[in-house]
Amino acid sequence: MIGKEGEPNNPGEVVFQVRDLTKIYAMGEVEVHALRGVNLELYSGELVVLLGPSGSGKSTLLNILGGLDTATGGDVTYRGKTLTNADERELTEYRRFHVGFVFQFYNLIPSLTARENVAVVTEIAQNPMTPEEALQLVGLTERLDHFPAQLSGGEQQRVAIARAISKNPEVLLCDEPTGALDSKTGIVVLEALDRINRELGTATAIITHNADIAGMADRVIHLSNGRITDIKANAVKKSPGELQW
Amino acid sequence: MKALNRKLWRDLWRMKGQVFAITLVVVSGVATFIMFISTMDSISLTRNRFYRDYHFADVFVNLKRAPESLKEKIQNVPGVHQVETRVSAYVKLDIKGFPEPVTARIISVPDDGKPLLNRLYIRKGRLADPAKDNEVVINESFAQAHGFDPGDRFAAIIHGKWKELTITGIALSPEFVLIMRPEAMSPDFKHYGILWMGRKALGKSYEMDGAFNDVVLTLYPEANVSDVLAGIDHIVERYGGFGAYARKDQISHRLLNEEFRQLQRSSEIFPTIFICVAAFLLNVVMSRTINTQREQIAALKAFGYTNLDVGIHYAKLVVLIISAGLAGGIAAGVWFGKMLGGIYMEVYRFPHLLYTLHPGVIVAAVLISIVSALVGTLHSLWRAAKQPPAEAMRPEPPAQYRVTLIEKTGIGRWLSQPSRIIARNVERKPVRTFLSIIGIAVACATMISSGFFKDAVAFMVNVQFVRSQKEDMKVAFTEPTSRRALYELKELPGVHHAEIFRTVPARFKFGNRSYKTAINGIEPESRLHLLLDTDLNAISLPSSGIVLNDYLGKFLGVQAGDLLMVEALEGSKPVRQVPVVALVKLYLGVMGYMDVTALNRLMGEGDAISGAYLVTDPLYSGKLYRNFINMPRVSGTVLRRNEIRNFHDVQAKGMLFFTFIATLMACSIAFGVVYNSARIALSERSRELSSLRVLGYTRGEISYILLGELGLITLIAIPLGFLIGYWLCAYIAQALASDLFRVPLVIETKTYALAASVVLASAAVSGLIVRHKLDHLDLVEVLKTRE
Ligand SMILES: Nc1ncnc2c1ncn2[C@@H]1O[C@H](COP(=O)(O)OP(=O)(O)OP(=O)(O)O)[C@@H](O)[C@H]1O
Ligand SMILES: [Mg+2]
Repeated sequence: MIGKEGEPNNPGEVVFQVRDLTKIYAMGEVEVHALRGVNLELYSGELVVLLGPSGSGKSTLLNILGGLDTATGGDVTYRGKTLTNADERELTEYRRFHVGFVFQFYNLIPSLTARENVAVVTEIAQNPMTPEEALQLVGLTERLDHFPAQLSGGEQQRVAIARAISKNPEVLLCDEPTGALDSKTGIVVLEALDRINRELGTATAIITHNADIAGMADRVIHLSNGRITDIKANAVKKSPGELQW
Repeated sequence: MKALNRKLWRDLWRMKGQVFAITLVVVSGVATFIMFISTMDSISLTRNRFYRDYHFADVFVNLKRAPESLKEKIQNVPGVHQVETRVSAYVKLDIKGFPEPVTARIISVPDDGKPLLNRLYIRKGRLADPAKDNEVVINESFAQAHGFDPGDRFAAIIHGKWKELTITGIALSPEFVLIMRPEAMSPDFKHYGILWMGRKALGKSYEMDGAFNDVVLTLYPEANVSDVLAGIDHIVERYGGFGAYARKDQISHRLLNEEFRQLQRSSEIFPTIFICVAAFLLNVVMSRTINTQREQIAALKAFGYTNLDVGIHYAKLVVLIISAGLAGGIAAGVWFGKMLGGIYMEVYRFPHLLYTLHPGVIVAAVLISIVSALVGTLHSLWRAAKQPPAEAMRPEPPAQYRVTLIEKTGIGRWLSQPSRIIARNVERKPVRTFLSIIGIAVACATMISSGFFKDAVAFMVNVQFVRSQKEDMKVAFTEPTSRRALYELKELPGVHHAEIFRTVPARFKFGNRSYKTAINGIEPESRLHLLLDTDLNAISLPSSGIVLNDYLGKFLGVQAGDLLMVEALEGSKPVRQVPVVALVKLYLGVMGYMDVTALNRLMGEGDAISGAYLVTDPLYSGKLYRNFINMPRVSGTVLRRNEIRNFHDVQAKGMLFFTFIATLMACSIAFGVVYNSARIALSERSRELSSLRVLGYTRGEISYILLGELGLITLIAIPLGFLIGYWLCAYIAQALASDLFRVPLVIETKTYALAASVVLASAAVSGLIVRHKLDHLDLVEVLKTRE
């Protein structure tokens, strides 16, 4: 069954509801309008890809969804709860128990091994897997006791993903997870994300500059100049292995 | 949060160089704190126990001669608890194989061998047989100085009679914890001792059967000391009383108290310096660490760590760094404390040093260091905790640089690019640069303050024993004698020149303040004994009136021109109003000075003298001592040469120890500050420097950029350190001033030079370590990793 344009094929419950979201950075006299009124729903279990030119506001949107940043205007609700007026404590709790984050530059703690980097999260989560399980999901069982400096870029990114998924989050937000990787390693990383999305039903949003990646998404969202210009549902969802760039 | 704790340890390990440098500073601070306080507490406890267990008296009275029956009257003075009468006298000693003048105070011990007060702790041997007038117990420091043991013999001139004495025991007394000959500038264990002899035997020798000339007593706790003193003075007046005095004026007790005061001050000044430096270093290190870890912090927050979690994480790091220093500092402090205690024990004699370290002191050290470390890093911790998670995800923006003032002056045209980088760096972080400069300057100042003690002492010795007292020998008479005695001395072979002096114990009163000391009467045109002011100009004594030093003047509240009430405590004890002619600045002692003729006029005694200053032929010294030993009129002889040597001997060990400690401290601060600045600079700029290397700069050239900055800071810091050092010394001098001595503010050039060298050497060592790291900069590694 094919849904209408912009609606998922198989809508689950709404995870995020975004209404008229704006974000303005004040830089002295200059104001940068990073988001100029974004409206969007994200559903449980779906995988969306965010595309858009540099500076279009993708990271800003993702950061606000993840409770890392606050909006200037508009509303974001997460499962019916408003995030936009949440205080520091509520945001921390939200991040702690509900969201998994994957950063473009991995942001691993260099002084901790792969296993320990994941443990940093599992130790404070409510219902986590073991670090070993999480690392197994991304195919890194061989590298448990390696420090970040002893891992390749792709391996580091997979540790970052393991870290993000280890708490069994309801949503997984990834800011250019393959940005620093070659295509082959990128695909390994994407496979890990795809697998988690399928096996755990985690709602996943992936920012990328790479339009080819859009093929693996349920929906593809285009941003430009702080606005959503286009949302498209993929009729056929490719597996990451079929992607190439 | 086990994983985060692991991160903590690894961060700590990665920063080990800096942690070590900070630890060194913390160790120094905590060690000096513990050392000073524990030494003070230990000596204080030791003293209090000794005083208590050996019944140290509260009040001391000397008089000419009184019948034993007077004891009851003294006992009846309200407030008096126990009374003990004694016979005591000053004697000359004749020690075989030691041809220098030695005097001693001989004191009676009750015939039952058990003094009520000021009991003896017998270290070796036994008490003297009360019936035997040829047995004595001697004090320990004197015994050690001469290598005496029980059974050894020496001779003494007791009441004019040469007598061979046998040592039966070696003892300590709470009355003589510190032994100093009256009027001496420092203890002299070789030339002055204490002897104890049975009362019966000693009494007989001095024709004091059933009489006494010395009383010690204790008071009830509620007694009013000054009332008791007045009451006793009243009773003994007819018996030639020299004025009763309380424990606080007893010399051994006073000097101990003085020592406590110095320890107290030192325990305040030095640890404070260290704690501030340590807090500053921690601040720099932590703010740098938090800067480099901003993305890690952001990640932690993105995963739901709270601000508090993050804050605590870094606070733990601070506490860990401090803890290493604390542990080391406490250990070193105990060690130094015992060492310092040992040094004190050589001068201050107690049965045993009871070393104590109150748990409260450790708690205080821990709290003070941790709290100040946290306060020092509060800003950084706050920043870490408050960092908005999204903000931190972006790499640190490029630092803001500006064209510097120096360049604007036009000099910039001649600066090379590396020099320009140095200039802009120094100007970019003015606060940190300033604090680094202050830190190094403080190291320099600490070094100066240690050298200052040596300089000041050398200066005092020079003024006192070289510039002011030019005599070779001072001969004192048993009692005021007619001037004719001078001619007798002048006749002796080997005496080139002689001048008289007259010393009268006296009490000065002005308004409601009073002070007991002595008036020194000297010849107005004296060549041997000069009164010097602080500019070392000789002051000519006026033919009438009295000259006081400014410390006493300030204490009494008198000024030149005021009339001072002088109460002589000798002879007919005249009480007179004497005009104060001048106040002069003197470094040692508190005395009044008068023209000898004026003093004698005041005493109404004609031409009496107390002794003479002599210039002698060194070849005749030995012969002269023998002469003086045998002259019944001479009570003692003092050799200036011995006084100087002794002053140095007694001070030397302590000085050496303090210099050692101060050098250690200065090095640790200088090294800590310079090494830390260098490491921080290296970490902040390794990318920049690597890039330059990639562009073809040599190792030497990039080292210049980094180390040139440190060199510049060090060079600015040294003159500033001189200035701070001078202030610190001025503060110390002022804080230590007492009626015993005022420390002159004298700092020799070589002290400055040494301080500068120590700082430069520490800077050079840390520079070399960093240079080594620079030489091994991994270009690929540095350029690959994101900051
Ligand atoms: N902290 C900030 N202060 C000022 N302006 C900012 C800040 N963060 C982002 N911006 C601006 O907001 C706009 C959107 O930034 P954002 O990071 O969301 O873009 P993006 O779509 O993620 O770009 P890219 O693909 O390059 O990562 C940009 O113009 C950026 O310059
Ligand atoms: Mg972005």
